[in-house]
Amino acid sequence: MSKTIMSPAATSPTAAQAGAAPAVARPTLELIGLRKSFGAIEVLRDVSLRVARSEMVFVLGRSGSGKSTMLRCCNRLEEPDAGEILLEGERITGRGVNLDRVRRRIGMVFQNFNLYPHLDARRNVTLALRKVLGQSREEADARAAEALARVGLADRADSYPAQLSGGQQQRVAIARAIALEPAVMLFDEPTSALDPELVGDVLAVMRELKQDGMTMLVVSHEMAFAREAADRVVFMAEGRIVEEGPPEQIFTSPRHESTRAFLSRYSFGQ
Amino acid sequence: MSDLDRFIDTFLNGAVLARYAPDILRGVWVTVELSVLIVIAGTALGTLLACIRAYRIAPVSFLIVVYADVFRALPPLVLILLAYFGLPNVGVSLSSFAVLFAILCLTLGAFAEEIVWAGITATDRGQWEAARPTGLGFTQTLVHVVLPQAVRMVIPPLTNRAIAITKMTALGTVIGVPDILNQATTAQSFSGNASPLTLAAVAYVVLFLPFVILSRWLESRFAWRKI
Repeated sequence: MSKTIMSPAATSPTAAQAGAAPAVARPTLELIGLRKSFGAIEVLRDVSLRVARSEMVFVLGRSGSGKSTMLRCCNRLEEPDAGEILLEGERITGRGVNLDRVRRRIGMVFQNFNLYPHLDARRNVTLALRKVLGQSREEADARAAEALARVGLADRADSYPAQLSGGQQQRVAIARAIALEPAVMLFDEPTSALDPELVGDVLAVMRELKQDGMTMLVVSHEMAFAREAADRVVFMAEGRIVEEGPPEQIFTSPRHESTRAFLSRYSFGQ
Repeated sequence: MSDLDRFIDTFLNGAVLARYAPDILRGVWVTVELSVLIVIAGTALGTLLACIRAYRIAPVSFLIVVYADVFRALPPLVLILLAYFGLPNVGVSLSSFAVLFAILCLTLGAFAEEIVWAGITATDRGQWEAARPTGLGFTQTLVHVVLPQAVRMVIPPLTNRAIAITKMTALGTVIGVPDILNQATTAQSFSGNASPLTLAAVAYVVLFLPFVILSRWLESRFAWRKI
């Protein structure tokens, strides 16, 4: 077995630590020994990761390193071959798990937004509220208005996705996810499909979510943002987590060779 | 008698037209009734089967595919004759109206199933991936997210097929359904004059042209809203 990688904040707490910060005693999201192959290609090789409550963890790595697959395993859009995933201490992998119940506690934001094109922004947000949580139209509309206001789109509730810019669409997608009040949010390259001038709006929304205490696991190439906003950075290579730590340490003194090679291709102007 | 007079006497004979117009009007009503029933039931059947197929239960999907392929391959007239003249021998006696409705409904259902299925498979996989993580179940995702998009996508081929099928109500003539064409051929044999058939042709145009125009309106109505 390879080493289990843990957040410094999430190592087994002593009584004193538990008293000081009870929230970190149980990670919000915990991945234990995940393995996944597509045919002969091993995409995840024993990946373990803990995300503490209100923590923002950034996952970096080249394309093909298994980042997205790891993320998609977390709400079982991909089925891991082995390993376990715990959400707030509850096992969500394996048989006998009510997937629909688990999934709505895990928000997901995609590279391509994936808004429902036939519904306006409000109804993109309210669909799950009404059909999954069984809210009345009034309740759901109120919750949607609140969520859209949080992403700065209170005035675009009646717009259809085709009438919104990419950045606005992604913010509606974030509103759609946060309206369900998930325990953790997964971001799969949320800004990769956006024009550079639209990236900032989406990152600003993510920054606000973090300030409000949202737990987030983010796969992204926004290095500057990772450095500024992330609590922890995880670097993946060839299906493994090869290095993790506070962003300053990863960006200024990466230990692993593949991290150094990866980072050397990005400059930060400092 | 000049050629023109002979032509008018044969195809546009006023006395014959006046005499048989009420019969043909009754036929129009039968054709309209049948067409509406067939389009509603056939489209619903095809959509339902396409949805069932989405669950990918192998034996069920196989049966649906067999049904769709058989009914798309066979000329409806063959099935109409087979059902109308064959079924009574096994104790099932259906009216000519019922046989025509059933066969054309099943034929439209087969085409509609394939068309709607194409729409479902053409809907972006990302739509499933966005909906399921919000806790929507498979059926909820299918009904509220995928199907509305699939149906909008296939409105043009679906309306084309619906128009084609409703025109086939004329096949009812061979088993005695009192539709437009049947009334017209009956009138033609009584009068020895082709004018009732002209009237039938006019009736079909008057009947189906609005349908064609309606389909165009539907296509634009369900097109994506543009910026």
